Amino acid sequence: MSMPFYVSPEQVMKDKADYARKVLTRIRSGVVITCDAGILFVAPNPSRALRKFSELYDRIAFAAVGRYPEFETLRKAGVRYADMTGFQYDRRDVTSRGLADWYAQLLGSLFTDSAKPYEVEIVVAEVGNSADTDQIYRIIFDGSVAEEHGGFVVMGGQAERVAEVLKESYRPGLSLQEAMGLAMAALAVQNEGGSSENITGDQLEVALLDRSRTYRAFKTVAGPRLDTLLAEAKSPAPLSASAEGSLPAGSDENSQPSADAPDEAPESS
Amino acid sequence: MGGIEPQSRWQASAFLAAGSSSFTDFLTMTAPELLPVGASVSAGGAGAASNDIPHGTTIVAAVSADGVVMAGDRRATAGNMIAQRDVEKVFRSDEYTCVGYAGVAGTGAELIRLFQVELEHYEKLEGRSLSLEGKANRLGGLVRSNLGGAMQGLVVVPLLAGYDEETGRGRIFSYDVTGGRYEEQRFTGVGSGSLFARGALKKLYRDGMSTDDAVLACMQALYDAADDDSATGGPDVSRRIFPAIATVTEDGFKRLSEEDAARYALAVVNERMQLPDGPAAQMQQITS
Repeated sequence: MSMPFYVSPEQVMKDKADYARKVLTRIRSGVVITCDAGILFVAPNPSRALRKFSELYDRIAFAAVGRYPEFETLRKAGVRYADMTGFQYDRRDVTSRGLADWYAQLLGSLFTDSAKPYEVEIVVAEVGNSADTDQIYRIIFDGSVAEEHGGFVVMGGQAERVAEVLKESYRPGLSLQEAMGLAMAALAVQNEGGSSENITGDQLEVALLDRSRTYRAFKTVAGPRLDTLLAEAKSPAPLSASAEGSLPAGSDENSQPSADAPDEAPESS
Repeated sequence: MGGIEPQSRWQASAFLAAGSSSFTDFLTMTAPELLPVGASVSAGGAGAASNDIPHGTTIVAAVSADGVVMAGDRRATAGNMIAQRDVEKVFRSDEYTCVGYAGVAGTGAELIRLFQVELEHYEKLEGRSLSLEGKANRLGGLVRSNLGGAMQGLVVVPLLAGYDEETGRGRIFSYDVTGGRYEEQRFTGVGSGSLFARGALKKLYRDGMSTDDAVLACMQALYDAADDDSATGGPDVSRRIFPAIATVTEDGFKRLSEEDAARYALAVVNERMQLPDGPAAQMQQITS
């Protein structure tokens, strides 16, 4: 039996954090954004079976990026926690703050106790009666939790670059279509050519915590409804559609006259 | 000792475990004391006392052309006392089903609360709803877990009605205390007044009747139940408490508003002013 070398706790933590961070920057970002209609979730996801966004409780949703089996485990744990709390007390006693706190503790202890940290970044969002009562919490692999007040969150990937686009163009009171356009434009910076024009519905996962619903607010936006939303998001601004097309690959969707979200000129990566 | 110890309740490992999609299974493992059913009662403890516990009474359900109707009176009784005049015994269990109960009110209401979470829990974990049969079987399982209580007098039996999205029609399931599940093809009733209600429905029910007509037939049946069963409450005109009515169709669950329920109930009450026994069935003329 060989004796393990002494490794300082600082080094252990740093190694784990570096490991998780490296994985998380390699993946594609997801965006959570507050708008008039509710809280919108957008992420590139070609899979129809493996979802990143789902319902936790009446007006609370879960969003995640990273390693699927790990965040799926966390999602199910959250549903169990929420349902158990709601069953024991009352439906109103399940809050996004409580869930975010619980997730923070859970991820914190998983980070310190296990050899390998969870390679995930999650968001717990609760839609309120108006945009200023929306709550969005972002929790990362080591259990650090932050309440986001800016109206949007970027999860994983090249988060800073994506957030930059959002920071520039986000304003309170966006319509659903504008928010969708903005999310697409922001996510596009991680694409080659930096354009969102040739992104189609089947490459995206989109969900909405619908403010107007009284009971269960979460709904997935897919199929024809997503196509409509994408089309509306692409065409509202009468900006001069840069028809020269900065995309190298002339794909099928390009015939649509489209300027992405306002203020977002296609930029190269 | 095997299994999860009670002190592990709310511990992370239980939540992270790859378990089934059943909320009841999860509770059984992590917090069995939260389960409304299966609570052990000392022998002979409940039998004598069960008369002092509020009981819910009559629920009826009928299949209509575009779905299903469920109606329940609003009375709870404890022995010969009226325990509550406006109790709720018909509930939305999910978008396409409703559920009612007859029997011990406390256990019944908790059983239904558990059933509601059970359906939603599965839906959230699996990303799809249970099939209507799946829901019916699950409810049977919950009833069965109360068998111990039922044997000691704490009887509760639910009634499940739903719109089957696969076949596009309304379906009804009734239960016995052992969890036995019986599909009813046209209409049924549970509870103390159900004998009279079923008799009334037998004469009023027509195959393929509209939802409106089915609501009225259920209201008539509840009136007849209240007429002959002291534990079933009739329309309370002075307090404006009327039977609870739910419909489930392709458009999902709908609870009739107080005003709508009043409209149906008062129509029946007014008719009974002239015909106290209600509408008379047509008899075949025998010609010699």
